[in-house]
Amino acid sequence: MAQEVVDAISEANMLFGNASSMHGFGREAAFAIEQSREKIAALIECNPDEVVFTSGASEANNTVFNIFRDAIDLGSKKNRIVTTVIEHPSITETVKFLRKRGYRIDEVPVDKTGRVELETLATYLDEDVALVSVMTGNNEIGTIQPIEEITKMAHAVGAFMHTDATQAIGKIPVLMKTWGVDYMSLSGHKFYGPKGIGVLAVKKKVPFEAFFHGGHQEGGKRAGTYNTPAIVGIGVAAELALQDLETERARLWHLREMLRKGIEERIPNVVVNGNQEHCLPGTLDISFPSAEGESILLYLDMEGIMVSTGSACASGSLEPSYVLLAAGVDIELAHGSIRFSFGRYNTEDEVLHVLEKLPPIIKRLRGMSTR
Amino acid sequence: MSTNFMSQWVYSPVVKDHFMNPRNTWVEDENFEADGVGEVGSLACGDQMRIAIQVKDDVIADLRWLTYGCASAIASTSMMSEMVIGMGLEEAYHLSPSAITEALGGLPDHKFHCSVLGDKGLRAAIDDYLVKQNRDNPYKRKIAKVICECKNVTDVAIEDLVKSGEAKSLEDLERITEFGTVCGNCKEEVAELFDQFQHIYST
Repeated sequence: MAQEVVDAISEANMLFGNASSMHGFGREAAFAIEQSREKIAALIECNPDEVVFTSGASEANNTVFNIFRDAIDLGSKKNRIVTTVIEHPSITETVKFLRKRGYRIDEVPVDKTGRVELETLATYLDEDVALVSVMTGNNEIGTIQPIEEITKMAHAVGAFMHTDATQAIGKIPVLMKTWGVDYMSLSGHKFYGPKGIGVLAVKKKVPFEAFFHGGHQEGGKRAGTYNTPAIVGIGVAAELALQDLETERARLWHLREMLRKGIEERIPNVVVNGNQEHCLPGTLDISFPSAEGESILLYLDMEGIMVSTGSACASGSLEPSYVLLAAGVDIELAHGSIRFSFGRYNTEDEVLHVLEKLPPIIKRLRGMSTR
Repeated sequence: MSTNFMSQWVYSPVVKDHFMNPRNTWVEDENFEADGVGEVGSLACGDQMRIAIQVKDDVIADLRWLTYGCASAIASTSMMSEMVIGMGLEEAYHLSPSAITEALGGLPDHKFHCSVLGDKGLRAAIDDYLVKQNRDNPYKRKIAKVICECKNVTDVAIEDLVKSGEAKSLEDLERITEFGTVCGNCKEEVAELFDQFQHIYST
């Protein structure tokens, strides 16, 4: 979390009034919440009254799918949902859940870089499609999708468009109005806001049905007492994200490219995953053949370097990353994949530290590997 | 910040030690003349081991290994190598995965399959040694455990059928051995074993 966010939250903890109450304390909290709503709206280019605060992007994603599930239950002839194979688990698991119950959902494949091909997508779109849901940028490999084009295609068949912008927010411009999307999900902790708070932005006059029923909070779109401190926190985070967007974007890409080039110079036989042209600036996913991901991760951890891996061994299951496999990455390379993520507080010195520590680790693991 | 990340390490201190300082690895420039070599696992599954042994008077005189895999795979092969050097072939052949796991101070549940590979690799190396010596395997029979009592199907039989590729699916295995066709009590255990052996031997 950004220090500014921490400070704002601790101050907002003093706003103990229930924002739904009409008395002074309540109005004070309500005012803080509405300010936050405006800050989010400014960040994602929408109207403040289109912003619904949720517990996070998972809830936002589930809410969107539930809207269309409900419409289908009520007999809508538009009864198919189209999404992709590389969405976040809050979508892919929802898809599994709904499919078991007979709903028609198609998952569009992606190319070798993790990108949706528009020609392929077109073959999935027809008049019976109610919703198209495609993430803005991928959480593992960073591939950015052509959301504006996809939205046009969805609207052309009369479908509504949802994008999960969780991973992209604060990294690249996320433009609800320009892109024309109808629903957008965000998570606070992905842009230095608090955990447990997120946003579902909903365009006016599009289908909506509450996922949580109860009080009239959020204009009846999401019941539950307002989490005032978290809402204030995510607002401050949005303000920071907007203010620093362009400088951070350039800075993160510089660090990412510095690491990529450094690794390619120092370590033989590496494979960079994802799309190098359409890539979130702070994401670098690399496979190291003959070195297994969890082992690399743990050796790096000893050096104070914290990364993620697409290896099965680190996942608790026996399957490596479905995102890498969906993008056609060889299963062995998926086991040896490492994701480096950069953010606000990473520096060039840290990249140099990785470039010093990583090559001997890979060499060592390859030296004791079966090939 | 005073957070001690190491105190929350997912593995035991022994695993960590063997992972950070693996023993008896088969370094490229060492001219290790193996009397038997065994290889199990697959790169696609995320773990593969190659075990090379030198045998003198039916005792494992020395051992080298290579492992592609996670920390527990590396640590368990390393620990296994320390345990069996100087051990008689028969005892080594009977080394159980749980003995390795125990020596490591335990492994997280979902990591257990990694250590199962260590003993299998060693057994494959001993098998290879015996084949090269033109000797029958005197140890095999002794470790067989009957899984399906009605049809007298042992774990060794299941392992052999999976290893040879005769049983590519659970249905194949049922057709060949007729396991579970009488009382059916063993079905779950056989399925588990089949999955385990398939993970180890399918490439």
